[in-house]
Amino acid sequence: MKPSLSWSEYIITQLVRISGYSAIVFVALIFFFLLREGLPTIGEVSFSTLLNVRWYPIEDYFGILPLIGGSVIVTIGAAMIAIPFGIGSAIFIAEIAPRWAREILKPFVEILGGLPSVVLGFLGFVVMAPYIRRLLALPTGLTAFTGSLLLGAISIPTIVSVAEDALDAVPKSYRDAALAMGATEWQTIWRVTLPAARSGVLTAVMLGIGRAIGETMTVMMVTGNAAILPKGLGALFSPVRTMTATIAAEMGEVANGSVHYHVLFFIGLVLFLISLAVNIAASAVVFRQRKRSERILS
Amino acid sequence: MRTSLSSSSYRHIIQRLGFSLLTFVVIATIIPIFLIVTYIAAKGLPAISWEYLSGFPRDGMRAGGILPAIVGTFYLTLGTAIFSVPLGIGAAVFLSEYATENRLSRLIRIAIINLAGIPSVVYGLFGLGLFVLFLNFGTSLLAGSMTLAIMTLPVIISTTEEALRAVPQSFRVVSISLGGTHWQTIRRIVIPQALPGILTGVILGLERAAGETAPILFTVAAFFLPRLPHSPFDATMALPYHLFVISTQVPGMPVRLQFGTALVLLVFVLGMNIIATVIRSRARSHRQW
Repeated sequence: MKPSLSWSEYIITQLVRISGYSAIVFVALIFFFLLREGLPTIGEVSFSTLLNVRWYPIEDYFGILPLIGGSVIVTIGAAMIAIPFGIGSAIFIAEIAPRWAREILKPFVEILGGLPSVVLGFLGFVVMAPYIRRLLALPTGLTAFTGSLLLGAISIPTIVSVAEDALDAVPKSYRDAALAMGATEWQTIWRVTLPAARSGVLTAVMLGIGRAIGETMTVMMVTGNAAILPKGLGALFSPVRTMTATIAAEMGEVANGSVHYHVLFFIGLVLFLISLAVNIAASAVVFRQRKRSERILS
Repeated sequence: MRTSLSSSSYRHIIQRLGFSLLTFVVIATIIPIFLIVTYIAAKGLPAISWEYLSGFPRDGMRAGGILPAIVGTFYLTLGTAIFSVPLGIGAAVFLSEYATENRLSRLIRIAIINLAGIPSVVYGLFGLGLFVLFLNFGTSLLAGSMTLAIMTLPVIISTTEEALRAVPQSFRVVSISLGGTHWQTIRRIVIPQALPGILTGVILGLERAAGETAPILFTVAAFFLPRLPHSPFDATMALPYHLFVISTQVPGMPVRLQFGTALVLLVFVLGMNIIATVIRSRARSHRQW
């Protein structure tokens, strides 16, 4: 073999290796820069200020509880919509729909997943919010509920595609056995297929919820951005402000290195850790499932 | 006999009801998608004219065109591709062709899953911290493209890896047994066979980059900049951010122009989506293995 060939082979192998490691490097870099810009918060703002119900940065009130509360209530609302519709659609596509319907439905759901969040936010702001205001006789249509509706729609494609994969991966023999023993297709779905795919479906739900917590533009445009701690589910119909929307709305106006700037990075750090927890939990489920299926097959 | 018959008809009624419920759920999911697209198309089309697509914004963006935003989004998508395509394909090749299943490759997979889950606004913060301030790129196409590139990596890596893994092992064995090196096999055999799948992944990743707003808020997007960017260190207008600005920040903005911008963005993004879908389904029907 010519030496030049093995040399270029060596260099390319190393390049491929480096790009393989890049994902780890980027996660570490993101974590590092959030820490670098966010951690000074702990020295600058006392914990009692931070864990307070008042967010009014101009007067140095940096209570992040209303923002966390806003994110939580919008996400709960979104989950109540996205989980039944997402899993229901996944079951329909994977188990019930004939082949031709499946070929149409899957790209359609992918289109929903591809819609830019700013477009949904725009429609929510211009069309949906005025409609909701009139329909429910509210002082404003820019509420947590409006945000939940749109976030639900945004999370559905994630849930559908992951849950559908999980249902699809259930061996056909399971279904055949259930049907042969006289179960209806409906009973087979509920008592055999869905339980067999439950860890994948759970992953789908977690990833969908993760998507909803992290969504920014839509909630910023339609939830009214009032930093008030939501109390109870009645707050669903009043304006709220989420963590993501706060960062997006205020980062453009703060001076680099100011306390406000550090607090916004701190909120980003909290979001990062939430998404890390959700995704590690989701992937742990996936890996465990894979191990179990390997055991069964061997 | 009688009881079993009635219980079986009961079960079938339940099944009927259940299937109808699920059909309703799917229809309720699909119809809004259809409505959203047709509504924006119907309300946006009247705004579309040659002047709108090729002119500069005037009168505080309430008149004129959106050329800088279109060009900005085009450059941003291109810039994203320059960084994310080689890196993403490289990483996928590593995972599918080089890495053995061990702790390290599992760590890489967990990192990819996490990258995919990080909120887009957190990417914006990261881009601001690393590219804009620490590396001193300023609010620029370079900073924005790099931020978007890291965000799109997981989509590109996972779809590319899937495409590479779908190439039958026998193809590799034959190439190696004919004296091809590992890399020659990958470059001449595996990648060409997986190309449609890779292309689909790349386009889906870039589609996400083109439509995102939060990561470009603090890294590249300009509120109002009625000229085209000249270098990678220029800030630029971009379609998603422009839509956000004209729908929430500009009082007295004509609704027609808002829908016009939404439509142009939608065509840009859905166009990429449709191309990706077509490539994938064509490749499936033309596959030789």
